[in-house]
Amino acid sequence: MDINKAALPEKEIVTHVKKLDGKSPGGELHDKWSKYKSEMKLVNPANKRKYNIIVVGSGLAGGSASATLAELGYNVKTFCVQDTPRRAHSIAAQGGINAAKNYQNDGDSVQRLFIDTIKGGDYRAREANVYRLAEVSTNIIDQCVAQGVPFARDYGGLLTNRSFGGAQVSRTFYARGQTGQQLLLGAYSSMMRQVSKKQIELFTNKEMLDLIVIDGKARGIVVRDLKTGDIEKHTAEAVVLCSGGYGNVFFLSTNGKNSNATAAWRCHKKGALMANPCFAQIHPTCIPASGEYQSKLTLMSESLRNDGRVWVPKSADDKRASEDIPENDRDYFLERMYPAYGNLVPRDVGSRAIKRVCDEGKGLGATGRAVYLDFGSAMERLGEKNISDKYGNLFDMYETITGESPYKKPMRIYPAIHYVMGGLWVDYDCMSNIPGLFVLGEANFSDHGANRLGASALMQGLADGYFVIPYTLGNYLANNSLDAVSDTADEFKESIDEVKKRNESLLKIKGSSTVLELHRELGAVMWDLVGMARTKDSLAQALEKIPQIKDKFWNDLNLIGNDNNLNKSLENASRLADFIELGELMALDAYDREESCGAHFREEYQTSEGEPMRNDEKYAYVSAWEYIPESPSILHKEDLNYEFVEMTQRNYK
Amino acid sequence: MENTINLKLQVWRQESADSSGDFHYYSMEDVPVDISFLEMLDILNENLTKSGIVPISFDSDCREGICGTCGFVINGIAHGPQARTTVCQLHMRHFNDGDTLVIEPFRATPFKIVKDLVVDRGSFDKIIQAGGYVSVNTGNGPDANSILIGKEDAEEAFDSAACIGCGACVASCPNASAALFTSAKISHLLQLPQGQVEQRARVKSMVDKMDEEGFGACSNHAECEAVCPKGISIKNIANMRRSLIKSIVK
Repeated sequence: MDINKAALPEKEIVTHVKKLDGKSPGGELHDKWSKYKSEMKLVNPANKRKYNIIVVGSGLAGGSASATLAELGYNVKTFCVQDTPRRAHSIAAQGGINAAKNYQNDGDSVQRLFIDTIKGGDYRAREANVYRLAEVSTNIIDQCVAQGVPFARDYGGLLTNRSFGGAQVSRTFYARGQTGQQLLLGAYSSMMRQVSKKQIELFTNKEMLDLIVIDGKARGIVVRDLKTGDIEKHTAEAVVLCSGGYGNVFFLSTNGKNSNATAAWRCHKKGALMANPCFAQIHPTCIPASGEYQSKLTLMSESLRNDGRVWVPKSADDKRASEDIPENDRDYFLERMYPAYGNLVPRDVGSRAIKRVCDEGKGLGATGRAVYLDFGSAMERLGEKNISDKYGNLFDMYETITGESPYKKPMRIYPAIHYVMGGLWVDYDCMSNIPGLFVLGEANFSDHGANRLGASALMQGLADGYFVIPYTLGNYLANNSLDAVSDTADEFKESIDEVKKRNESLLKIKGSSTVLELHRELGAVMWDLVGMARTKDSLAQALEKIPQIKDKFWNDLNLIGNDNNLNKSLENASRLADFIELGELMALDAYDREESCGAHFREEYQTSEGEPMRNDEKYAYVSAWEYIPESPSILHKEDLNYEFVEMTQRNYK
Repeated sequence: MENTINLKLQVWRQESADSSGDFHYYSMEDVPVDISFLEMLDILNENLTKSGIVPISFDSDCREGICGTCGFVINGIAHGPQARTTVCQLHMRHFNDGDTLVIEPFRATPFKIVKDLVVDRGSFDKIIQAGGYVSVNTGNGPDANSILIGKEDAEEAFDSAACIGCGACVASCPNASAALFTSAKISHLLQLPQGQVEQRARVKSMVDKMDEEGFGACSNHAECEAVCPKGISIKNIANMRRSLIKSIVK
């Protein structure tokens, strides 16, 4: 990066003085949710059918919310960008779903799942939300089994569990390596049942492009039909946004190609606060990019690090094939740097160590962005058959993609973005600061703090959709008398004009840079400067560079085709425009947070051993950013008060 | 490492469901063998865009072979020549320098072409709506361990439930039958106690819907099983038939 550091101006952050209130109910931690449920207002069954509820997204959160709200009797309209709701990206989750069932009799409890999640999130999540998540986790498993989800079983017919990182108990339920798929198909089938009962109206291939706010409340959305280009309007008494995460801001990530930030970002521009946008999780073991044409990255399960050893050649000049490099010339750097945990260090620690050795020039291959994950000594010790029984599926998948057999040559891996903890700010009710706009699943910021534990994303999506929204939405509707709104309201007209104008202006630019080129350019800046390790300088540079990309986008975009039929380039361009703006906010958020916590690693703030150093005095808050057109965003703070747990420094040595 | 091949592509282009389509011919030079088939098409689309030609529409999402979004026919085979592999997981190293590749959408009457290689598979949702679920409302589930399911039954149910709904089975069937897709869901639920209660009504309703949507009958060609990227067995179709007979006989 060629910017003269001395020339970088200090960024001034405008902070709103009034503190945000997360509205956690009072009382003892374990009573909060039951107290809430017993005191909330209800909507009587005959009245539920008078309410129209819009759900945007059909993943675990959107699918479960749609089905559950429809079962209660609300009129649900569900929108997704895919050709069928069953393709939402939750489907790609591999490992499993956590629940405090204590079926293994190993000392698990709601309290323990709560503590593990709060600690794993490096004390940057809201206590009451996390406790409720742990509390309803057990109901999720019951619900999914009742739907026919084929979880792994023991010979006696009981459910079996596996262990995951950040926990000392076995509480992860799984369906081979396809847990996300099976849970999503469960929610999808419940949804389809309600579609057949005409309780859900399904809108596929529709992309939400705006939120309609009337009299300060969320009352509808504007969508584009991706097949015809038609702009449509839909009114509702509440909007439930379940549109997933924004990892694709980095271009290369483990997210699906259609995962995007647009629906959430348009809500943000209509006044919804965006919370902790800089908290993005990086998974250490992904198949590395093989070259400049790489379109996405594929995860290799964390479990491989039980037997695989991570290494690079000791010398950056050593270009020999792996089998020709003797033991003495290899640097098993995780074992060297973290003798106690070795190859099984937590995700963030492992990722940063891999980046460090590659930055030193020791990375493998043409890109220099890969390290070995070697099963050689494990196969010597346990035999090839044993390794194949444990990891056969993963080895096959690796070979399909790379053409190399991990039985013969060590795997090559590199960290990649795969989840974002940040998202739209919500209170205890999962409602944003715009009344009537609820946000569930990865799209909200609520439960994982600065770092999510493995197998907890599926848990949160389903907790929000099956067991939180049916209560909190009813409470909102019963407490607010909502006037009827018409889709001829001025707010709809203005929004539609703007949405159309925006697409037209994208098609009119007629420049020379393709969407893909510009997205790669943004991704490189985000990864290099706002990625695994950040500094004040790198972030200041990003804050200079991203507006330049924005400028280039709006002046030099090469976009072909038109707006009246399927045009994937137009869809991608429209999403990229939002990613660019979001990327800038992520850099600003990371710039503001002068501490290291969880996945947010500011190099200036680390212990002598290279561990993240929190600053609880100054930064024990949720940063929630307000969009101000043509001006810097304003920072709102929600203080995190820990009443029930003590904040400690995580230590993995 | 820098191993590349040259290819000739013959790609079906069709503006919309109502317009007629035809093949367009493209030459691809210096295609790295380590990239995926869809990344090869990404490159082609970049080149087309830069030459002012509308890029080829094709569907994809996860690019990990699990979402079922991608899918087209390469040289007459749904998802291409590599067994048990979706096109997104197919890599160029399986092709030879100088190959001609004919790329067409999944063709079946119930799958209307949206544009180029993109087809509408919404009829699959309608088949599931006809009964591909257990009628249980949220909150009603008994404790998960109160339903005992033997390990082998659970594994077999999983094998059927692994269907990704891509539609390759329909596209490769001479009758455009959706029997493999429909039977996979019926079998999945049939093999579990939770699915027993509604079994009779389910199988009848789903099979009727399959016919109503315009899919053909199954005549045991087994092409579906051969191209299925998830290895769904035609045993499921036998299960479906057995279950259908039982539901009618009663």
